[in-house]
Amino acid sequence: MKLITAVVKPHRLDEIKEALQAFGVQGLTVTEASGYGRQRGHTEVYRGAEYTVDLVPKIRIEVLVEDEDAEQLIDVVVKAARTGKIGDGKVWSIPVETAVRVRTGERGPDAL
Amino acid sequence: MAPAITLAAEAPTLSAANTGFMLICSALVMLMTPGLAFFYGGMVRVKSTLNMLMMSFISLGIVTILWVLYGFSLAFGTDSGSLIGWNSDWVGLSNIGLTELWDGYTIPIFVFMVFQLMFAIITPALISGALADRVKFTAWALFIALWATVVYFPVAHWVWGAGGWAFELGVIDFAGGTAVHINAGAAALGVILVIGKRVGFKKDPMRPHSLPLVMLGAGLLWFGWFGFNAGSWLGNDDGVGALMFVNTQIATAAAMLAWLIYEKIRHGAFTTLGAASGAVSGLVAITPSGGAVSPLGAIAVGAIAGLLCAMAVGLKYKFGYDDSLDVVGVHLVGGVVGSLLVGLFASGKGQSTVEGLFYGGGMTQFWKQCAGVFAVLAYSLIVSAILAFVIDKTMGMRVTEDDEIAGIDQAEHAETAYDFSGAGGGAARTAVPAAAGTESKKVDA
Repeated sequence: MKLITAVVKPHRLDEIKEALQAFGVQGLTVTEASGYGRQRGHTEVYRGAEYTVDLVPKIRIEVLVEDEDAEQLIDVVVKAARTGKIGDGKVWSIPVETAVRVRTGERGPDAL
Repeated sequence: MAPAITLAAEAPTLSAANTGFMLICSALVMLMTPGLAFFYGGMVRVKSTLNMLMMSFISLGIVTILWVLYGFSLAFGTDSGSLIGWNSDWVGLSNIGLTELWDGYTIPIFVFMVFQLMFAIITPALISGALADRVKFTAWALFIALWATVVYFPVAHWVWGAGGWAFELGVIDFAGGTAVHINAGAAALGVILVIGKRVGFKKDPMRPHSLPLVMLGAGLLWFGWFGFNAGSWLGNDDGVGALMFVNTQIATAAAMLAWLIYEKIRHGAFTTLGAASGAVSGLVAITPSGGAVSPLGAIAVGAIAGLLCAMAVGLKYKFGYDDSLDVVGVHLVGGVVGSLLVGLFASGKGQSTVEGLFYGGGMTQFWKQCAGVFAVLAYSLIVSAILAFVIDKTMGMRVTEDDEIAGIDQAEHAETAYDFSGAGGGAARTAVPAAAGTESKKVDA
């Protein structure tokens, strides 16, 4: 199994959710996040005092998938998240040793 | 307040229209203090929102009581030495007849008294913006009581009281440029020079936590200011109050635009805070001058004030004093600009026939305005600094550094402004109501 993590622009959430549903993903976790990439943040001005806001709002989407679906799913997420402008985010996957459905106790791929 | 216009020798009689108008104006001015609370409250960080609101609100409590007990008598009682007034009939408002008229006007003394009370309330509240995040609430309450007594009441007498030296000299301050705004702005400077900067000033981000609150507050101030200014003629009989109302609107609009244009050129954006601040700077500047200038003059007063105040708010970073919410930059600078411009733009067709430099009157009025401005500025600055120093040396003016960092709301008021429920949807906080008949436990600060 793989855990796909995407840190992306908040306003792309609906598109990504729809794309994941169309792909057949049953469930996902969304968290609010903040951070910056190479472009850093932006500047705000309050009565002439300039504040550099480094950490910009992002969302983190996490999905557990079977190994063979991982690469394709990454593509789906990237396609749905892309706006072509700086700050679109990152997607990565890491191996997962095990997963358990809390309600039934099912383990491994059955738990997805 | 300008001297009464007396037509023939007829004694004035109570006017129901003017009385009603002035009661409404008084209510409008009262609304400015909660408006100010929101204006300031939105500009501070989340952790000190309530303290900022309370610093304004407490003035409604303290100054009202002092005004009734002795403030009105000190400010507007019979003059003594051009410096202070006194009238024992007014102590506790004990011997004022319901239909007894205010000197030469058509409104009862009670009405004039309550209108002036609202000015006395908002003036110390204005100071609080410079002290955001760091002053003990008890120290602030004591400061308000002392400051009103030794600074506001006498200065109000100088400027508006019959026999007061500035009044007799002919300094024009229609509705409080010197007595209210310069007075509060200079006091703010005096206090912050004593108590020092916020922890993290110029290092930590201290941006406003809610610009919508700031806009709400600025809107309420603008609305209430019509009572503040138009009411200061104490009646409606000759159109001067209406000129004041009109000029208030015009100068405020011009100042807002001037601030925004400056900001766009200098910083690249038209900001919400700039619009709100520009409006307030225009309101401040037209306060002393609105009865003396023409509507076109009001555009000039507003635009100049908006521009200069926008430039002035950066001074604190340059000179290193922490005027948290720019009371000096907006109220002191705006008040000085508006008061001095009377000497240039007075048209001779408003509250008096005095003409300024641009209307052929020469520099005479300008120098009178300078005398009023700098006397009030110096007196308020020095006395306020002394008061702050004495309070600081006795009970301590500032909260502890830990409390300041953790948030003054919790430390001083045992409350927080917003419930950002964290893990468990707020369940982490356990409510323990105090048992009936027992004292509630002291809150851990």
